[in-house]
Amino acid sequence: MSRFLADARLVAAKDLRIEARSRVVLNQVAPFALLVLVLFGFALDADQRTLRAFAPGLFWVAVLLCALLAIQRSVSVEQADGALTGLRLSGMSPAALFIGKASAVFVQLVVLEVLLTAGIIVLYGSEVAQPLLVVATGLLAAVAVACTGTLYGALASGLGVRETLLPILLLPVLAPVLIGATRAFDDALGSAAVDGWAWLGLLAVFAVVATAGGALAYGALVEE
Amino acid sequence: MTETMVTTGTTTGSGGSRVLGAVTLLGLATLLLFAFGLTEPDVRLHPTTGEEIGQFDAVRLLYLHVPLAVFTYVAFVLCAVASAGYLVRRTPWFDTMAHAAAEVGTVFCGLVLVTGSIWGRPVWNTWWEWGDVRLMTTLVLFLMFTGYLALRRATVDPRAAALRGAVVALVAVLDLPLVNRSVEWWENRTLHQKSTLGELKIQDLTLFTLMLGFLVFGLVLAWLLLHRFRVGWLEREDAEHGVATAIAERRAAIDGGDVDAAVGEDA
Amino acid sequence: MVELNAAVALLGRFPALTGVDLRIEAGETVLLQGPNGAGKTTLLRLCAGLLAPESGTVTVLGHDLAAGPERRAVRRRVALLGHSTGLYEDLTVAENVRFWARAAGLDAEPSVERVVGALQRLGLDDGLLDLPVHRLSAGQRRRTSLAALVVRRPELWLLDEPHAGLDQAGRNVVDELIGDAVAAGGTVVVSSHELERVRLLSPRVVTLAGGTVHRDTSS
Repeated sequence: MSRFLADARLVAAKDLRIEARSRVVLNQVAPFALLVLVLFGFALDADQRTLRAFAPGLFWVAVLLCALLAIQRSVSVEQADGALTGLRLSGMSPAALFIGKASAVFVQLVVLEVLLTAGIIVLYGSEVAQPLLVVATGLLAAVAVACTGTLYGALASGLGVRETLLPILLLPVLAPVLIGATRAFDDALGSAAVDGWAWLGLLAVFAVVATAGGALAYGALVEE
Repeated sequence: MTETMVTTGTTTGSGGSRVLGAVTLLGLATLLLFAFGLTEPDVRLHPTTGEEIGQFDAVRLLYLHVPLAVFTYVAFVLCAVASAGYLVRRTPWFDTMAHAAAEVGTVFCGLVLVTGSIWGRPVWNTWWEWGDVRLMTTLVLFLMFTGYLALRRATVDPRAAALRGAVVALVAVLDLPLVNRSVEWWENRTLHQKSTLGELKIQDLTLFTLMLGFLVFGLVLAWLLLHRFRVGWLEREDAEHGVATAIAERRAAIDGGDVDAAVGEDA
Repeated sequence: MVELNAAVALLGRFPALTGVDLRIEAGETVLLQGPNGAGKTTLLRLCAGLLAPESGTVTVLGHDLAAGPERRAVRRRVALLGHSTGLYEDLTVAENVRFWARAAGLDAEPSVERVVGALQRLGLDDGLLDLPVHRLSAGQRRRTSLAALVVRRPELWLLDEPHAGLDQAGRNVVDELIGDAVAAGGTVVVSSHELERVRLLSPRVVTLAGGTVHRDTSS
């Protein structure tokens, strides 16, 4: 067990260290996140009232789009010069590799969520009525997306068409996360009369299943 | 690389499947006759105003839509079971069945969405109803399995395709209750009163036609699955035969002189 | 130590290995040669547990590689040097060597001395330790990935064209490395076109062609 955690921590630290050096998420994905919010603004309405009403949904769509980029980056890090082969050769448990990579994506997603939250407050005039609910939703959704995404990143990897295949594979599966997180944010940002905490239950189930299922399936996949 | 076809026959038809096909075709014709000809349109009287309401002719589509929906789920459940079987046993039978079931299921699913949409237009006055749980769940299901088929087509290595497909299929099926639950909760937030199956008077001829629909589409599924499975099986056998041939060809092509030249040996 | 019987390996649908019979004892040094496309790389990867044999048997260090868990177990005990370097461009030399050593199961973070020692063995300057890999030349990268293998102290070395991309000094270093591994009792299989060099180290030459063993000087 300690070997497992040590390996997972090793991989997560490695991914985050690479991000710290290359700053891809910070310099490319984060601006993209803000860009998406701005695009929505252009496309929908100059009226902040409308945007504020839609802010929860727009927020989570932006998160999903950024997640696609973050996951693609996570996969491509291993594609560079046979690193994935190296990881397989190390003989480390694939489940540990999964948890490690998913953890790194999780951290990056949380950072993006914080940035986007600031974005919708500033650009759409959203108000955080229930900060605790916002944080809980953000964390659970990030776990769900990071784990599911890491699994699907592996499913689509090694094929020339990964960039176009990943979105159509991953996004439909994440539909419950999008619906649940948006409803929870509706409550948390006070834009609709919904019981956000009830939706957290659904998100929690998804997160747990994604983590356990992902770790299991990742092993089968990397072994091919 | 030229591959000779395995000589188990160049057709996926057999005596049994031809009979099945004929019966299915007959059943389909009969069903269409009943659904679009012999049954009555759904006309009811409004309890208070007395005017005629109901789904009118749109109800005819339900004789197709409902059985299609049921057998879509049958096909996808079959795919999930076969995928699980493949993950456990790793035999080609499970993989071929999973792929066949997924393909037929996706076709059925597309038809469900199309018939549902056409039905919805006159009844709900819209081509698409976001609040309908079944429609939404079916749409997500359709998208997930479209992705499955795309992934299988894009993966060149057959073993990898089988493995990845199995994982995607299982995840899709496990995800489905979550999708259903989330759309259901979401829908309840809106106050919609939409016509559903429940309000129809299903008896006598209507009931018979519906039952006939179930029978016929069950046969269609079986027939399509049979042939799609056989095609997949033949493809696999052909590939394996191709590999055996390729191995023999590669060994036969070894030229000692060329080898010596390549490694710098003196002859 | 390594035993293959009628081993067939596929790359997709292509039969890279069409039936290999080979037996290598512990402590042997083997030169693997053959025309391009003969299957040398695939044979090395097969022995490293990276792919499953399509048919036939492959036994390495006591593990029957038909089963997934066995393949995973064997990987920790062998060192495969392939065509790619397996290095993370954005991390430094030292970080890469440390990561790969720990990934392979070294329980404690390999000490700086050990890493430096390995790098010095490969003729790499101390000053390179903290340089990100993308600043290194191709030859320096190759040596770094070799250093990562050295730190692991494997029982079986599988080297796929280790001299490629190295200058004269680098090639000498690789020869020394192989010599040291042999002297330490390790088993070394080298695939190389640098025939004269490796022949000095090894009496046994296995020639692959068309995915099978064409000639074996031991038999």
